[in-house]
Amino acid sequence: MAEIVLDKVTKRYPDGALAVSEVDIEIADGEFIILVGPSGCGKSTTLNMIAGLEDITSGELRIGGKRMNEQAPKDRDIAMVFQSYALYPHMTVRENMAFPLRLAKVDNATVEKKVTEAAKILDLTQHLDRKPSNLSGGQRQRVAMGRAIVRNPKAFLMDEPLSNLDAKLRVQMRTSVSRLQKQLGTTTIYVTHDQTEAMTLGDRVVVMRGGVVQQVGAPQALYDHPANLFVAGFIGSPSMNFVPGTIENDTLRTVLGDVPLTGRIAGLLAKANAPREVIMGVRPEHFEDAHLLDEPTRDRGVVFEGQVDVLESMGADKYAYFSLHGEQAASEELAELAADAGSAEVTASGIELVTRLSAASSVAEGATAKIWFDNDKVQVFDPSDGRNLTYAGR
Amino acid sequence: MAVIAGTDSTGRKIRWTLLDIVVVVYALVPVLWILSLSFKTPETLNDGNFIPRAWTLENYRLIFQTPEFVRALANSIGIALIATAIAVVLGTMAAYAIARLDFPGKRVLVGVSLLIAMFPQVALVSPLFEIERSLGLFNTWPGLILPYITFSLPLAIYTLSAFFREIPWELEKAAKMDGATPGQAFRRVIAPLAAPGVFTTAILVFIFCWNDFLFAISLTSTEASRTVPAALSFFTGASQFEDPTGTISAAAVVITIPIIVFVLFFQRRIVAGLTSGAVKG
Repeated sequence: MAEIVLDKVTKRYPDGALAVSEVDIEIADGEFIILVGPSGCGKSTTLNMIAGLEDITSGELRIGGKRMNEQAPKDRDIAMVFQSYALYPHMTVRENMAFPLRLAKVDNATVEKKVTEAAKILDLTQHLDRKPSNLSGGQRQRVAMGRAIVRNPKAFLMDEPLSNLDAKLRVQMRTSVSRLQKQLGTTTIYVTHDQTEAMTLGDRVVVMRGGVVQQVGAPQALYDHPANLFVAGFIGSPSMNFVPGTIENDTLRTVLGDVPLTGRIAGLLAKANAPREVIMGVRPEHFEDAHLLDEPTRDRGVVFEGQVDVLESMGADKYAYFSLHGEQAASEELAELAADAGSAEVTASGIELVTRLSAASSVAEGATAKIWFDNDKVQVFDPSDGRNLTYAGR
Repeated sequence: MAVIAGTDSTGRKIRWTLLDIVVVVYALVPVLWILSLSFKTPETLNDGNFIPRAWTLENYRLIFQTPEFVRALANSIGIALIATAIAVVLGTMAAYAIARLDFPGKRVLVGVSLLIAMFPQVALVSPLFEIERSLGLFNTWPGLILPYITFSLPLAIYTLSAFFREIPWELEKAAKMDGATPGQAFRRVIAPLAAPGVFTTAILVFIFCWNDFLFAISLTSTEASRTVPAALSFFTGASQFEDPTGTISAAAVVITIPIIVFVLFFQRRIVAGLTSGAVKG
């Protein structure tokens, strides 16, 4: 077990493509850290550089205080779980899990003990003599984990270990991964493109985009205080609503109406030198059916009227979708997020708005609804560079 | 509908079965004919009967009493096995490099090996003869083993690199992460998975070496290194008026047996789907 430090780690391929640019992360001993981002953001490359499967172009990687750039993977004492599991098909489960120990020339009795132990933790005891081809997806995944934990490495690296499982099993395995990590207390670096996994698993989350770290922080901190449009749009499901707006004195004029800026927000905007044209972001849960609120609360926020496009009742709450006339919020970050979600072609003209209302709401599909939102919970972004103008910093 | 579809597929089955029978008969008749000739006595040799009227093992007894044949058989087995072993080991290493690594000159190497395979061997016989004579390799085992390796390596490299490409690269990464050196990763993970490819290649190379006549007849002069295909052409009858057809047929049958044994032995190891279960997807 050891802390892992990435100091301005950069990867540039021979053809000149910059995959990872000056990544600075300090991972504490025993920490569970998540690298998250859309495909091609450099998260897997970063992981492979830590593993030693790819060379580091510049910068330094230190594990337990020692420089590791030039060490072969086998000398770094870290274990890795691959997305495809990469089990050795000609070996039984037992042999698969024992393989790292055999290579380390551990004596037979210890190998047997450790494999039995790991199999017990992962509930694989009755499958030890089977070959990987006879196992289910979840079992294979557990064998891959077992191969990683048998030799008590300094750190675990996991490259989207759950993405090949079906949805139900994924949720189940997510909790077991979390439990296992707590139980073993081993430093873990986990790569995923799924923001739900990132939010639920990690002590801290690193959001990456185009090889550059966007923000590092606890999941809740990223959710509440995203540093820029990209993080705001990536973290959270359904994602944050973005509406273009214009600041006039202490009012933000948007298609949802004029939003009076609270003192807190106005202060932050002044400090950040906000431009006139901005993008306003509101999370779906900060909306509510205006009829359900008492007078004082309603007056504190902003109320707008719109026709409900689609209504999804989830039982505990309702998701109401609106399409509003007007220009979509436009920025590079948002375009990339849309492309990653595959919705770039689907989106019609106009603004799509997702609101989460309480189950008691009586809004109906096709009908006009009065919707309220909290004007102190809005976030304001600069469309030119995407930074969060209401970001209070750390 | 179902009935019509049924008769249709039955009709198709019959057509295919007939076609298969024609192909098999066409391919096997000459072989059976040789077999039949090898059991005939000299008197009934030319009677035109497919099934011998008088059976005899005389031909087999005769060839095994001929020292030239026994010696040639030993030469054949030795030379083919050694050439196969060396070609497969070298081919495995070369194919692995070609499948996995990006190195300068890779395309040239692949191109040149293809060129060797395409080059008409008969054009090389005279130069090889001269070279081997001046190097003292003429009429020795290495004198045949070396050209066999040269001409079977391209085949070996091609077959094996196709097999190596099928093995998921992640297995090697996993082995590295598990603490294996590149050598260990190759020996303990990659090579066992490439086994079907290695055996396939071994069979092909062995057959090539075993059947070669051109080099065997040109680069040997005595029974010290003459292989069976060459030795067969030197068979004579008991007198110059006697036809050695019977003994040649018996010898031809005998030299087919090692190939069948070799193929059957290795074929059991060629199992498809050895890599299944390695990676999901």
